[in-house]
Amino acid sequence: MKLAMPRITFWKVTAAVFLLGGLAATIVRFGWGLGAATNLTDITPWGLWIGFDVVTGVGLAAGGFTLAGIVYIFHLERFKPIVRPAILTAFLGYSLVIVGLMFDLGRPWAIWHALIYQNPHSVLFEVAMCVMLYTTVLALEFSPVVLERFKLHRALKFVKAITIPLIVLGILLSMLHQSSLGSLYLIVPQKMHPFWYSPMLPVFFFVSAVAVGLGMTIVESYLSARAFGKTLETPLLRDLARIMLGVLLVYFTMRGIDLLRRDALHLLFEPSFETSMLYLEVSLMLIIPLLLFNIRGWGQTRVGLFFTAFSMVLGFVTNRLNVTLTSLESYYRENFGTSYFPSAGELIVTISIVTAGFVLFALAVKYLPIFPEHEEETVLRIGDAPDRSSAPPLEGTPAAELRRH
Amino acid sequence: MSHAILVDLTLCVGCGACTTACQQVHNFPEKENPTLDDKNFTTIRTVTENESGDEYYVRKMCRHCEEPACASACLVGALTKTKDGAVTWDTNKCIGCRYCMLACPFDIPKYEWSSMSPKVRKCTMCYQERHLTADMELDDAGYVLDASGERVVIEGREITAEDRDTIIELTTNMDDNRASACSVACPMEATVFGERDQLLAEAKRRILESPDDYVPRIYGQKEVGGTSVFYLSNVSFESLGFYTNLENSSYPDKTWRVLEKIPDIVVTAGVALGAVYWITNRREDVKRYEEEIKSKRSKKKA
Repeated sequence: MKLAMPRITFWKVTAAVFLLGGLAATIVRFGWGLGAATNLTDITPWGLWIGFDVVTGVGLAAGGFTLAGIVYIFHLERFKPIVRPAILTAFLGYSLVIVGLMFDLGRPWAIWHALIYQNPHSVLFEVAMCVMLYTTVLALEFSPVVLERFKLHRALKFVKAITIPLIVLGILLSMLHQSSLGSLYLIVPQKMHPFWYSPMLPVFFFVSAVAVGLGMTIVESYLSARAFGKTLETPLLRDLARIMLGVLLVYFTMRGIDLLRRDALHLLFEPSFETSMLYLEVSLMLIIPLLLFNIRGWGQTRVGLFFTAFSMVLGFVTNRLNVTLTSLESYYRENFGTSYFPSAGELIVTISIVTAGFVLFALAVKYLPIFPEHEEETVLRIGDAPDRSSAPPLEGTPAAELRRH
Repeated sequence: MSHAILVDLTLCVGCGACTTACQQVHNFPEKENPTLDDKNFTTIRTVTENESGDEYYVRKMCRHCEEPACASACLVGALTKTKDGAVTWDTNKCIGCRYCMLACPFDIPKYEWSSMSPKVRKCTMCYQERHLTADMELDDAGYVLDASGERVVIEGREITAEDRDTIIELTTNMDDNRASACSVACPMEATVFGERDQLLAEAKRRILESPDDYVPRIYGQKEVGGTSVFYLSNVSFESLGFYTNLENSSYPDKTWRVLEKIPDIVVTAGVALGAVYWITNRREDVKRYEEEIKSKRSKKKA
């Protein structure tokens, strides 16, 4: 009997290297403590793990509630094929946020204290409750995929019966959660650079999360198309990109008005580290996507849409890192003559958490009915040849399901 | 009664008696020129004033805010503003998230970075220490028991009869009143412990009686909504490195203003989502019904 060796590819080797590095950093973190593993200090108590793994991570998982809302509440049923991958990303995203939190908390085993010693005046308490409840909701929203795969029809019937209340609950929790990550910073007005501190932070966080949820969905479906030959129809992605850009225009208008109201507009013309970072954020998040999308003939192809959305996602990451890290730099510099940059350990842990996300997504797509099965012509028409070797035919995915809608 | 501390920087000679007493009462290793960290809750910094070149001594410690940002930030409520005036913390609740450190406008809470079970630590205005009394019962092993018969634990340390006597000595002032160790130790009365209203009146009296010796400002009276540590100085607080860009309103209010709206947001958004679902769902139903009728009619015709 012959055992088939899994094919070794460049990306598999890269993922393995990152994960092994992450393992080493994990040993340092839990063997020698936060002081040894990070560049965090009494002056700079929050760093990359909060800024990226938690605050940015939750944002990148926003596709789950955005798409669920579009399809189930607004009944735009043609987007239905995208709901599953979006909810999968959200579920994986939230799970990895919890993993990231475990690294950052000094006493992760005491995390249940949040349940019994509740302080309703703490934004972080709201954040903790939302993480816990929304991860549960996401698990339930995602469960039909697993139940279908293992043909558990009674459980499936039950989950389907509570779909709409679940979706509404998920959207409400996301609204609270996305905005609460911005509210966290409301208590430090004097420490943050005026570009990023605003009493409007909770609103900004929510609106930009809606946009990045759409952006992430476009990015994912492009990458999945390349990796697994699972494709979504380009016109769908085009519509998503258009909604995304619309939301972004609203978002940046609000930010502009906010800067004006707080008399901070003149800072835009004073060269500084912070000004460059703001320009980087605005370029990646709004200007480049707008330009790319409007390139005639190319901007609305699958590749063009990918780069439009990918630039937006990078810009979103820059924005969250600007709020959580960049905006505090001038405070550290002026009062303590110091600055924060993540340690190698912090970077490696963050990179391997992201890698774990990719690996888990790939495994889920391989073994679970995430993407609708396409007729071969559809795939060929779009121009991406399916890779048969890495994508075994899925069981129990009725292609008819897609055609019905 | 709410307690407070008055620090008159014009009287401070920078001897360091307060920092030493603080280290002793908390059983910390004694250090020369310490910085504020998890094993040192107060420091004296020598500041050279820019214009005159004169040297000043600035004592740094927790301000025990009237409305502490740290206590509002803590998700498990480990930090509390007591009626006594002190902002205390409960080591056992802390999960080590460090939000209090970010939230504190004076950068006071410190972290046990090298510990494998790190918690946040800071000055407690000797709250528990001031409440130890000589008549407390001991158990068979010689540890001090509280009223409920449990061993007294101060910052993770169980207190022996010997510890208790040392602590009582360090926290009893010349008038036989209990006070923070730093104020008891100060030989110049630059740090005074007392009742908040009285100390505030005393601070005002000093400024009014000798206006030439003080700048007309009590740092801590209004900052961040008022603190329980007041500073007096004869040069501007800005030149001594005090934060002068703090607002005079409560910091916890900034987040509470948003948090208190959550119930309204949930109800409104919930109903709105339900309404949208109702409308779009009805539209689908109508469409389906119309199609059915249409197909029936076309069948009839055929």
